[in-house]
Amino acid sequence: MAPMPALAVWKFASCDGCQLTLLNCEDELLTIAGSVHIASFTEASSQVEPGPYDLSIVEGSITTAADRERIQRVRAESRFLVTIGACATAGGIQALRNFQDDLTPIVYARPEYIQSLRTSTPIADHVRVDFELRGCPIDRRQLLEVIAAFLAGRRPNVRAHSVCIECKRAGHVCVMVAHGTPCLGPVTQAGCGALCPGVNRGCYGCFGPMESPDTASLSKIWQGLGAGGPALARTFRGFTAAAEPFRTAAEAEEAARHDAR
Amino acid sequence: MTHGSRHISVPALARVEGEGGLEIVISDGQVAEARLDIYEPPRFFEALLRGRQYTEPPDITARICGICPVAYQMSACQAIEDACQTAITPQITALRRLLYCGEWIESHALHIYLLHAPDFLGYDSGIHLARDHPDIVSRGLRVKKAGNHLMAAVGGRSVHPVNVKVGGFYRVPTRQELQQLVPQLEQARQDSADTLTWVATFNFPAFDRDYEFVALRHPDEYPITQGRIAATSGLDITPAEYDQHFQEFQVEHSTALHSTLDGRTYLTGPMARYSLNHDTLPADIKEAAKTAGLASTCLNPFRSIVVRAVELLFACDEALRLIRNYEMPEIPAVDVTLPPGDATGYGCTEAPRGLLYHRYSITADGTITDAKIVPPTSQNQRAIEADLRDFAAPRLTLDHERLTQQCEQAVRNHDPCISCAAHFLDLRLTDGSQRLKAVGGT
Repeated sequence: MAPMPALAVWKFASCDGCQLTLLNCEDELLTIAGSVHIASFTEASSQVEPGPYDLSIVEGSITTAADRERIQRVRAESRFLVTIGACATAGGIQALRNFQDDLTPIVYARPEYIQSLRTSTPIADHVRVDFELRGCPIDRRQLLEVIAAFLAGRRPNVRAHSVCIECKRAGHVCVMVAHGTPCLGPVTQAGCGALCPGVNRGCYGCFGPMESPDTASLSKIWQGLGAGGPALARTFRGFTAAAEPFRTAAEAEEAARHDAR
Repeated sequence: MTHGSRHISVPALARVEGEGGLEIVISDGQVAEARLDIYEPPRFFEALLRGRQYTEPPDITARICGICPVAYQMSACQAIEDACQTAITPQITALRRLLYCGEWIESHALHIYLLHAPDFLGYDSGIHLARDHPDIVSRGLRVKKAGNHLMAAVGGRSVHPVNVKVGGFYRVPTRQELQQLVPQLEQARQDSADTLTWVATFNFPAFDRDYEFVALRHPDEYPITQGRIAATSGLDITPAEYDQHFQEFQVEHSTALHSTLDGRTYLTGPMARYSLNHDTLPADIKEAAKTAGLASTCLNPFRSIVVRAVELLFACDEALRLIRNYEMPEIPAVDVTLPPGDATGYGCTEAPRGLLYHRYSITADGTITDAKIVPPTSQNQRAIEADLRDFAAPRLTLDHERLTQQCEQAVRNHDPCISCAAHFLDLRLTDGSQRLKAVGGT
């Protein structure tokens, strides 16, 4: 019998929620544990084995010099490396610091001791990544699909289309058209199951930008709802603020505000 | 090992939420120093909140912790509503409590079965435990799943719920939707009762402590979403008075910022909640606790797993009671009117790991100008270090591996959530070692 593939789970700057999603696979957890060898998963186990690993799952963003080096070691020891969640794929909410002056003096009395980097960056800015799974947090079913796909040696079946398609499929009434609620659904990647429209709320973009999002058209609709400019800029500046299309869209909204003055 | 001098060092603690280590320095046969090191990178939440709108803290601060996002959402809502002088309806308060029960169930089941029980039974993880005892671990996962389902049903999602807003909810569930959860919660209640019986059989080292406990206290209910802040010493204050009594500061011998209550070390969390609020538990829960060997206070941190199991049982019962009595709120959220001028609001709720304090200052246009967040693990650091010191001292003759394992267990007793504690930790480089270290919160 061939040895079971070795799985490792790594944490960088993050909230633990995406790793928790793996432990939240209550029905599947023991099955997974029976078909892979969990070689390193500090949150769940005291048993930590050295690499190499067949599949490394990485949560969190790079915010310290030490972590910038650590991710290189993880990559070197991993056959496949999959990043999970908004922190690992876009820098996370902590990437808001990228757009501001040094925050250290606001929080710390002795900023000279702080060794944190000025920016929070996604893993793919530092090493080659084999697949990025979006979400803040990731979706449990998509995580299972990704693990199953890599174990089977195929590409994960994870779509890059917008939340709108999922929302229609779920049979929700369009909150933007029917209720005038501003919604990022048209430019946000699917995967959550259109949760926010399901509770009469506009999408706030926690899965990040879809493939080729039309943020300019969305801006016009939001303006029509009285939510353009700062309100839209703030919404783009959320959990995936550093993702390129949302970053530039936020800047466009802010520039428009300045032009209007 | 010569002259009784050595180090016990665990660079990366396993089975805790977030990244931390412990270090005990033994010199001339005495414990010279015991430290809980936290090297989780800081994420600057307080600074990021400045300039954001008053409606945003529930979503933003949820991201401090994936294990207890509801706690952050609830403390944030309460603080903003306090700043806006907005009263919430009893129906919305009850629904918040129901959502919070889901988080207690999920978090306590996770800690009991996957993080803590393996220590008592000699396994590396819940997954290893499952190889020998699949039925037991399956029972734990079943309870955990029930908690997650409850959170998803009320909150829209179990990790970082989408349905919570300042003033209430975006959408409130129907009676029928909640009714569908009942069979699963009844099973979880039975499983929790079995959990309590099971953990009561574990072997607990004799280690009674002289803790000063701090928890919320409410005249009518076991505290989750509301109450005054109480302590063993007789403290009885509102959340608005927190900053007058609780201080965070740096101590000379360490890089750690510690939290004290009027200069004293204290403990928050399940043991504190239970010991300060035993009288408000329903009679049958009290009886179950007694059968499991607990008195009306619990001073042995190794028995915290029993207290967590009592709270797990209580949370299942409470969720069932809240569903039974559910009155669908007429409006999902009350209107939150901005204050006429600058205002500051305070919020305190009981996260699974203990007291979680939020404070926000907002302007008349709803912009946040200042934020302060004090999670339970930051507050407990000093008590955890004291536990380590006093636990290790009489056990220095144990072999190194065994003592190290027991010291790790002494940390896990408090279910530390380092992701929470490090949401803005002070990150420092220790001399020479080039290892990034951080301890404390402000």
